Amino acid sequence: MTLLDTLVQGVLLGGLYALFAAGLSLVFGIMRLVNLAHGDLIVMAAYLILGVTSALGLNPFAAVLIAAPVMFAAGWLLQTYVLNRVLGEDILPPLLVTFGLSVVIQNGLLQGFSADSRKLAAGAIEAQSLALGPISVGVMPLLTLISAVVVIFALNRLFYRTALGRAFRATSDDAVTAQLMGIRPQSVFAIATGIAMVVATIAALYLGVRSNFDPSIGPARLLYAFEAVIIGGLGSLWGTLAGGIVIGVAQALGAVVNPEWQILSGHVAFVAVLLLRPRGLFPRAND
Amino acid sequence: MTALLDILGLTANYGDFQALFGVDLHLGAGETVAIIGANGAGKTTLMRAITGIVRAGGSITLDGKNITALPAPEVLMQGIAMVPEGRKLFASLSVEENLLIGAHARKGNGQWSVDAIYQLFPVLKDRRLAPGTALSGGQQQMVAIGRALMSNPRVLLCDEISLGLAPVVIRDIYAAVPRIKAAGTSIIVVEQDIGQALKIADRVYCMMEGRVTLTGTPATLSRDAIHNAYFGVSA
Ligand SMILES: Nc1ncnc2c1ncn2[C@@H]1O[C@H](COP(=O)(O)OP(=O)(O)O)[C@@H](O)[C@H]1O
Ligand SMILES: [Mg+2]
Repeated sequence: MTLLDTLVQGVLLGGLYALFAAGLSLVFGIMRLVNLAHGDLIVMAAYLILGVTSALGLNPFAAVLIAAPVMFAAGWLLQTYVLNRVLGEDILPPLLVTFGLSVVIQNGLLQGFSADSRKLAAGAIEAQSLALGPISVGVMPLLTLISAVVVIFALNRLFYRTALGRAFRATSDDAVTAQLMGIRPQSVFAIATGIAMVVATIAALYLGVRSNFDPSIGPARLLYAFEAVIIGGLGSLWGTLAGGIVIGVAQALGAVVNPEWQILSGHVAFVAVLLLRPRGLFPRAND
Repeated sequence: MTALLDILGLTANYGDFQALFGVDLHLGAGETVAIIGANGAGKTTLMRAITGIVRAGGSITLDGKNITALPAPEVLMQGIAMVPEGRKLFASLSVEENLLIGAHARKGNGQWSVDAIYQLFPVLKDRRLAPGTALSGGQQQMVAIGRALMSNPRVLLCDEISLGLAPVVIRDIYAAVPRIKAAGTSIIVVEQDIGQALKIADRVYCMMEGRVTLTGTPATLSRDAIHNAYFGVSA
């Protein structure tokens, strides 16, 4: 493997981490909530896609079209009936509740699907690759990165160019004054978490096609997502994409030196960025 | 005259601390009422209670409908908009977005549009893409007023819109009041500047320590009576 090849693989892997992180970043940006169950919700979405593929005989890509609205509804319900009740001045209750939710989801999945690892079968596309000049690029990893860019772009459009996005930003700035505009912060939050779960479903698709998953892998996905968000700068969506890519490239480079160092180098990159830029690469001005 | 907004025996608390003790206030259709009173008299609490941000006892009736217990977004939709104390523009929204968000909950068209606000306050048009909070204090106040108008309110509450502004700027801002009245909006202004309040109001209420201590038309209120009601001591 050449250095160029390694870098490209790292960037593509970064697309997956950015997808893990985008929903987390959106929710944090709007309601200052760190959802510790985010990784487990991604794994839950992967099982949902798996369930749809086997029940209806669909390809995983088609199954996402069914799983995504279901996950939107799950996110909406979760926010409305659980998280909205614990959001407030004190940041501890939401952390405890989402930590508890993480445990509940893991055990629920274990009960329902056992500890066996599973995989989403996307067919021939998994083995296909494109020759881009001197390097060969897998079609699935390329699609993952493209999807990440499209998702981040779409979320940015939503955030900065729509009435809903305006309400997201106003509520994030000052929830009390937002209410004077006729905005109900709780319903804004419910929609935001619903959208985050749609993104989590897209992340779940690429996670499940790329590698095996089982009920226990959520917390590690949360960690990558969390690092990507922090590296990028809290609340910045493009920053989150950059953060995902930093971790992906670091892991790819680490793996070249020693395969056992892959995961560690991602974490080392995280610490290194924080030492140099404690507020991340693209901090939002008014945080 | 049956009032558009009728407030009877209003009370409000912050925890154990009672800030309002049975406030009565009436606002007729088309009327402009000023509330004066020293710092801490309870003027802002009264505004926050009307808009549903602070929970209130007693009763608030708008055009015959009891709105006392409605949450803030509901009160806005009933037709009461507020220019909050300290302006409270949204920092991550541009001037124009701050105006647009004022119309977030409204259905259909009405008197006010972004263009109508730019006619009311022409200086805002050139700054429309700037972040709301990058403007001068007077311009921010204009945005805050425009933002409240964008909901086409029946009642506009203005909490200390002249605070900290230069006299010429205050004049520009108050010059908008006749145009707002002409649009059919009734107005309550909270003012510490007694001269300004007497100039624009049809009637004045003076508050002290959570109670209304004096009410009347500007013509009938003597300086002494106001001074007494304002400070609780004779001049
Ligand atoms: N959030 C709050 N918590 C506790 N006390 C408050 C709060 N806001 C106002 N107060 C108290 O309520 C009283 C009335 O305040 P306020 O309504 O802001 O008066 P005004 O607007 O007339 O200056 C004051 O004694 C003030 O200290
Ligand atoms: Mg006040």
